[in-house]
Amino acid sequence: MISRILDSKTKNTISRAVEKRSLAQDRRSAYKSTFFRVILQAALLLTMLILLVLLVSVFLNGTDHILSRLGDFLNGTMRSRSVDEKLGVHQALYGSLWIVIIVAVCAFPLGIGAAIYLEEYAPENRFTAFIEVNINNLAGVPSVVYGLLGLALLVNGQIFGLDRITGGRSTLSAGLTLAVLVLPIVVITASEAIKAVPNSLREAAYGVGATKWEVIRTQVLPYAAPGVLTGTLLSVSRAVGETAPLILVGAVSGRLGPNPGLFEMSALTDKFTALPLVITSWTQQSGRDVGFTAAAAAAIVVLLVVVLVVNSVAIGLRNRFEKKRG
Amino acid sequence: MTDASTGLQAITASHLQISPLRRLREMVVRHTLLVAVLVSVMVSALILWSLLSEAWDFIVHVVWSDTWGQLGWFPRRGIYDIPTILIPTFIVTLIAMIVAGPLGLGAAIYLSEYAGSRVRSWIKPILEILAGIPSVVLGFFALTWIAPNLVARIGKNVFLIIGLAILAAYVVVAARIATTQLKKLKSRATDREFTVDTGMENTTWITLTASLVVLTAVLAMGVVWFIDVWVDFIPASAGSLAAAGIGVGILTIPLVASVSEDAMAAVPNSLREASAGLGAEKMTTATNVIVPAALSGIVAAFIVATSRAIGETMVVFLAGGAADASEFTISPFDGGLTMTAAMASLASGTDNVVGEGLTFQSLYFVGLVLFLITLGLNLVAARFVARLREAY
Amino acid sequence: MADSTELIIERERGSTIVSDISSSHDEAAFEVAEDVLLRAEKVNVYYGDFRAVKDVSLDVRQHEILALIGPSGCGKSTVLRCYNRMNDLIKDARVTGTISYRGVNLYDEEVDPVEVRRRIGMVFQKPNPFPKSIFDNVAYGPRVAGQKKGLSEIVEISLRKAALWDEVKDRLNSSALGLSGGQQQRLCIARAVAIDPDVLLMDEPCSALDPIATARIEELMQTIKKDYTILIVTHNMQQAARISDTTAFFTSDVETRNDTRTGILVEVGPTENIFSNPSDERTENYVTGRFG
Repeated sequence: MISRILDSKTKNTISRAVEKRSLAQDRRSAYKSTFFRVILQAALLLTMLILLVLLVSVFLNGTDHILSRLGDFLNGTMRSRSVDEKLGVHQALYGSLWIVIIVAVCAFPLGIGAAIYLEEYAPENRFTAFIEVNINNLAGVPSVVYGLLGLALLVNGQIFGLDRITGGRSTLSAGLTLAVLVLPIVVITASEAIKAVPNSLREAAYGVGATKWEVIRTQVLPYAAPGVLTGTLLSVSRAVGETAPLILVGAVSGRLGPNPGLFEMSALTDKFTALPLVITSWTQQSGRDVGFTAAAAAAIVVLLVVVLVVNSVAIGLRNRFEKKRG
Repeated sequence: MTDASTGLQAITASHLQISPLRRLREMVVRHTLLVAVLVSVMVSALILWSLLSEAWDFIVHVVWSDTWGQLGWFPRRGIYDIPTILIPTFIVTLIAMIVAGPLGLGAAIYLSEYAGSRVRSWIKPILEILAGIPSVVLGFFALTWIAPNLVARIGKNVFLIIGLAILAAYVVVAARIATTQLKKLKSRATDREFTVDTGMENTTWITLTASLVVLTAVLAMGVVWFIDVWVDFIPASAGSLAAAGIGVGILTIPLVASVSEDAMAAVPNSLREASAGLGAEKMTTATNVIVPAALSGIVAAFIVATSRAIGETMVVFLAGGAADASEFTISPFDGGLTMTAAMASLASGTDNVVGEGLTFQSLYFVGLVLFLITLGLNLVAARFVARLREAY
Repeated sequence: MADSTELIIERERGSTIVSDISSSHDEAAFEVAEDVLLRAEKVNVYYGDFRAVKDVSLDVRQHEILALIGPSGCGKSTVLRCYNRMNDLIKDARVTGTISYRGVNLYDEEVDPVEVRRRIGMVFQKPNPFPKSIFDNVAYGPRVAGQKKGLSEIVEISLRKAALWDEVKDRLNSSALGLSGGQQQRLCIARAVAIDPDVLLMDEPCSALDPIATARIEELMQTIKKDYTILIVTHNMQQAARISDTTAFFTSDVETRNDTRTGILVEVGPTENIFSNPSDERTENYVTGRFG
C-alpha cells in the first residue's frame, strides 16, 4: 500500500538499494554455486571420458585383428606365438557359449522359481526373512569365492563326489559354478519384477476363482516377464564376462586340443576355455610377446560386443516397459 | 429363481472344493518352487562348508608365528605371510575409493539434484554400460593404458599429491558433516524446529582452517618422506598396485553412483521445497539438506563399494604387477598381491594347485577371510540402507 | 422403474437383524430367515493383533441387494471381503466366527477358497481388467475352471448381462485397457458373471466413475438382481437408498486408550427404515449428514 503512495522515483531508489545490497551477497554465493555445479559436471564428464578412453584404447589396440582378419580371428585357436596366422578365439567363443547355455538351463528356472516362491507363497516369518537376507548376501560374495566353491565341490568332488559327473576341470564345472554365481542376481531381479505387478491384477484373477498358480501363470508372470527377462539378460552378460571363478575352476589358458563338435555331449566334460580366460592369458603373455596385447584387445572387442549388446537390450527393454507403465 | 417359499437348495462342504487335478497341480507347483528356494539357500551353506573344511586344516597346521612378518607371500614354498597380501589389499581398496568416491558421489548428486529428465535418460544408461564392463577388460585397460599413461607418465609425485589432496578433502568434508551433525544435535536439544544450516559459525571455520593447515603440512612432509624412502623408478610397461587401484576404482564408480543416487532419491521432495522456500541455493540444499538426509544411504554406497573393491580379482591379477608370489611391500608403486590376486595366482598354474603341504588349504583360508570381510561389510551396509528406509 | 412395486413388497417383508440372537423372533421373521443365503455370525477380523472388525452378525437373503454403508475406515470393505475369503490373501489377516453359505461354513477346513470365489464373485473399487483382449477378460474365469467349449456364447451372454455387448461386439479382440472407465467396470461385471456365480460382491464399484457411468451400473444392478444376490459397499448414501433393499450401517468404535478403531455393525434393516426411521442414534446422525 505504501509503495503506491510513493512516487516512482523514490520507489526505484529503494528497490535499487535493496537490489544492490542483496546482489553483493548473492554474487558470492552464486559463484560458489556455479563452482559446485561445475565440479559435479566435471565428475560426470570425467566418468564418461574414462569410459570413452577405455573403449577407444581397446579398439585401437585391437584394430589389426578386428579389421584385417576378423574371420580368421573368430575361427582361429589359441597359439603359443602371437604372429601365428591361426591365432583366434574360436575355442573361447565355444566355451563361453556352452557356459551361457548351462547358466540358462540351471540358473534361470531355479532363480525365477525361488523368486516366485518368495514373493507369492512364502509366509511372512523369520525363515522367509532369513532366506531373503541370505540371498542378498550371496549377491555380494566376491566372484572368486564362487570359484573356490566350484573347485571344491565340482572339480575335486570333495563333498558329494560330483567330479565323477562333471569330469573335473570341465565346461560343466565352469557353467555350474557361474550358474550358482548368477543365481542370486536372477532371484533378486525376478523378485523385483514380481513385486511390481499391481495387486489389483491378482485380486481380479482370484476373484473369478483362479488358484494361486493359475493367477501366477496367467497374470503375474506375463506382467513381470519384461523385468524377469531383463534380469536374466543381465545375468547372462555377467556370466560371459566373469573370469576369476573360471581361473579357480581350472580353465585352460594355454593350448587346447581340437574341439569336439558343438553339440556333442562330450564337450561338457572336456577341458575348456572361455573368452575372458583367453583375454587374461594373452594379457599375461604380452610381457613376453608384445603381439599378444593386440590379440587380447581384439578378444576384448569381441567380448564387449557380446556383453554390451546383451546389456543394452536388457536396459532398453526395462526402460521401455517402465515408460509404458508410467 | 429358487422357490423362496420352500427355502434354498442346501449344499455341503464337498460342493465347495476344486477338482482333485487342480488341487494336485497346486501342491506339486508349490513344492517344486520351495525346492528352488532351498537350493538357493543351500548355496550359502555349501560355500561356508567348502571354505571352512579346507581352511580349517590351514588354521590348525600352519605355524602362526611365521605368518606375521615381512616375509613375502610364497605359497608354493610354504611361506604364508599375511601382511604381504593384506596391505596391498588395503592400498588397492583405498586408491579405488579415492577414485570412485568423488566421481561416483559427484555424478550421483548431479543426477539427483541438477540434471533434467533428458540428461538423466542419457547418462543413466551410460553408467549402466560402465557397470556392465567385465572386470577383465578393466584389468587389461589398467595394465596397458593406466600404468604407462597415468601412473608412469604423469609421475608418481603429482599422483601422490593428488591422492593426498583428495584425502585431505575427505577429512574436511567429514569434519564439516561432523560439526553440522553436532550442531543439529545441540539445536535439537534446545528447540525442535526444522532449521536449514546455511553456513557455519566463525569459530568452527577457524578451527577447521587451522586443522586443515596443520594436516596439509603433515601430509606434505609425509609425501616427501614417502617418496624419498619408498618410491623407486616405475617401468612404464609394468603394472603396480596404483594402476590396479585406479582400475578397481573405475569399476566401482557406477556402484557408488547408483546406490547414492537411490539414497538421495529417497529423500522426500518436501525437504527440497522447504529448503528452497527459505531462499537456499541449490548447492546449499544439496550439501546441507539432501546429502545429510541421505547420509546413511551414501555411507552404505561407500561400504558396498569398498566390499566390492576388496573382492575384485581380475584387475589386480592382471595389473597389480606381481605374478604367483610377492615380496612384502607397502608402496603403491610396487607390484603386489591382494588377497584375491593371490588366490587367482595360486590357481592359475599350468596344472592343479601344487606345492608344499598347505598350499591348497591356504587358498581356502584366504577365501574364508575374504568371505568374512565382505560379508561383514555387506551386512553393515544393509543396516545403513535399512536406517535410511526407516527415516523416510 | 418397472419393478418398483416388487421392490416395495420386498422391502415390506423386512429383514432380520441377527446381531441380537437372544431376542425372540416371531413367526414371520422365521419364515423369512428360510431364504437366507449368507449368514454371518460373530465375525471378527484381525490384522495381526489389531482387530479391524468386531462381532458382525448379518443375514443376506437371496435375490436382494444389500448395501453396506458407513464412514470410511469402519470395516465395511473388510466384511465384504470375508464373504469370498479375499482376506485370505492378506498376510497375517485372520477371520473368526462363521459365515455360512447355503448352510456350509465358508471357513470350514474342507472348503476351498478358490471354489468359494467362483460362486461368490467380486467387482472391485477400481476397474481392474486384465491387460488382455475383451474376450479373454470375460472368458478368463470359465477357462481357469477348465471350460474349453462354448466360450463365445458365455462371453456374449455375460457382456449382454453387463449391458456392454452392443458397445464392444465389433472389437472383442482389442485390448480391454482401451475402454473407458465405465466400460471397464461393466467389463469387470461381465467377467464376474461369466463364471455363473450365486452372489456378487461389489466394493464401491462406482467410486471411480462419473455420474453417467454410475447411473448405468445402478440400472444394470437392478436388471441382474433377479439372477444374483448382490452385496454392495458404498460411500454414497443416495446410491444405497436408490438401489438397495436392505441396508447395513457400520461405524467404527474408537478405543481412546490406544487410539485404535474397530468396525462394528450398528444396525441393519429395510433400506427405507434405515433412512427414514433408524432405530439407532448413530445411524440417524450418519444418514442425516451430522457425522461421517
